[in-house]
Amino acid sequence: MSATTTVRRIRSPLFYSLQRLGVEALCLALGFVLVVWSLTPIYNMWKIALDSHAGIFGGSIWPEAPTLESFRVVVTQDFWYLERFWHQFGNSFIVGLSVTGLTLAIGSLASFTVGRMRLRNGWMLTNAALMTYVIPASFLAIPIYRIMQIYGLGNHLSSLILTLTTFATPYAIFIFSQYGKSIPMELDESARIDGANPLQIYIRIYLPLMAPALVAVGTYALLLAWNEYLYNFLLLSTPQSMTVAVALAQFLNSDESPWNYMMATAIIYAVPPIILYYGFRRYMAAGLTMGGVKG
Amino acid sequence: MSVTQQTLAVGRGLAAPRTWRKAWFGGLHGADYVWAIAFALPYAAIFLAFVVYPIAFGLWMGSDLALYEQLFTDPRYLTTVLNTLLYVVIGVNVKMFLAFLLSGFFIRKGWWIKGLMVIFILPWATPALPAYMSIHWFLNGQWGMLNNILYALFEFDGPTYLNEHWTGLASNIGAYIWKTLPFWTVILLAGRMAVPTELYEAAAVDGATGLRRFAHVTLPLMANLYLVCTLLDMVFALGDFNSTYFVSGGGPAMSTEVLATLGIRYAFTLALPRLGVAAVMSALPVLIPLVIILMRRLRPSEGQL
Repeated sequence: MSATTTVRRIRSPLFYSLQRLGVEALCLALGFVLVVWSLTPIYNMWKIALDSHAGIFGGSIWPEAPTLESFRVVVTQDFWYLERFWHQFGNSFIVGLSVTGLTLAIGSLASFTVGRMRLRNGWMLTNAALMTYVIPASFLAIPIYRIMQIYGLGNHLSSLILTLTTFATPYAIFIFSQYGKSIPMELDESARIDGANPLQIYIRIYLPLMAPALVAVGTYALLLAWNEYLYNFLLLSTPQSMTVAVALAQFLNSDESPWNYMMATAIIYAVPPIILYYGFRRYMAAGLTMGGVKG
Repeated sequence: MSVTQQTLAVGRGLAAPRTWRKAWFGGLHGADYVWAIAFALPYAAIFLAFVVYPIAFGLWMGSDLALYEQLFTDPRYLTTVLNTLLYVVIGVNVKMFLAFLLSGFFIRKGWWIKGLMVIFILPWATPALPAYMSIHWFLNGQWGMLNNILYALFEFDGPTYLNEHWTGLASNIGAYIWKTLPFWTVILLAGRMAVPTELYEAAAVDGATGLRRFAHVTLPLMANLYLVCTLLDMVFALGDFNSTYFVSGGGPAMSTEVLATLGIRYAFTLALPRLGVAAVMSALPVLIPLVIILMRRLRPSEGQL
């Protein structure tokens, strides 16, 4: 645009429609770049999984003779790294669901007592949670590993469940406290006049009204537990106790591993969290704006 | 979606009115007090058992000064510190800048922008482990898809990215950006959408459009959120284990390790757990100020949650 003219020219409608077209074309180009950027590694995963063992080393960009053989191998546990695949899949589910349940219970109780009952010195609890949140979990890995040995929980799913619950709860406390502010205090007060004790208020008033926040945090905790790798790997190492994440990473132990089996396992492992994420994106987006809008 | 709430609350929450309502008829008495303590107990217990105790244990394990002497004379450690700095500073800042720009793109209206968002978010929705494994094989010098593409298009033999120090480090950083860019874009997008439209209308009445509107309305309102996101992601990047471990594997010859992976490597590959703790603890001079700033910034204005 020529901004130097002193008198503002009245431009023809054609100029504006051309300008809009230009902007739209630029946006489309950027969109194309973003699609390629986002999907290339995902495509690479599928390409390898669908390839035959020889095809991987063929130097082609798409699978030349696509086959579902690798998926069959994974599903029927037909490879020695995958002998206990479904059992390990079940372990991942147990860990995920336990972490979700514990996080919701512990987080909501803590935020109820701090936010609603206003426990004196409750801020200490809040600060503890905040501190846990901003300390990198991987930095505590070595001491936690040793401590689990001391507690006698080595290779036991509960060691992983407790650790991951510890790292998921701070976020839960934060979200619950934020969301809890939107529930009127008068509800608690009137229930108290009717003679309800704190536990009844928590179960009958607090939890039902917190449902959207519970869904958002539950999704978060489940994804965190399913996707986590470092603690899975450190705390669980026997084929009986390990989760899918550890089983998947086993493929990296040797250079001659069949990549196509590995990628097929990776895809099967990635599908549940992706479905969960897209399924509950609406709730998580609601949690996203909640804080911003309400302040 | 972990940080959204905090960061947004920080971005706009400072103006929130203080409410000092006394809860529950002026405090807790008798049985109520017991209930309150009982409700607080589970979190206090796991915090003590799995945060305080490990920290104390770690401090004890890394308390021997001779360990640090050993550490600082290890050339691999010095490379690691440099890598970590580059990883955190470049990885985080490039990504946050891109996320900021992209949030301006995704705020546009249109059906295909919405559809694009669904695709764009996929790297974030994918678990880290499969994503980084795929990137690892994608960049493989001999059989990787990237070099296959380069060869097919330009008849050019690409380098072996993961067998050199600098390209290996760049691959790790790039993978981390790929994975987390959508998340921060969504956060900053939510921040942009929380800017009241009246402000833009008022600016339009005053004749501010385009760049001026950006510089005088969008930027000041987003600055705080942007800063907090950057600091928070620095902590996340500092503790990121997966991208280095799975993309370059720390190789070649441990030249692309970062502190988070080096500690684990010392402890579990080389069986030197105390040295591993010492390596992690050497990040404390950077980590502690970050943690303090973040705790202040993230704490809601009321002083209580």
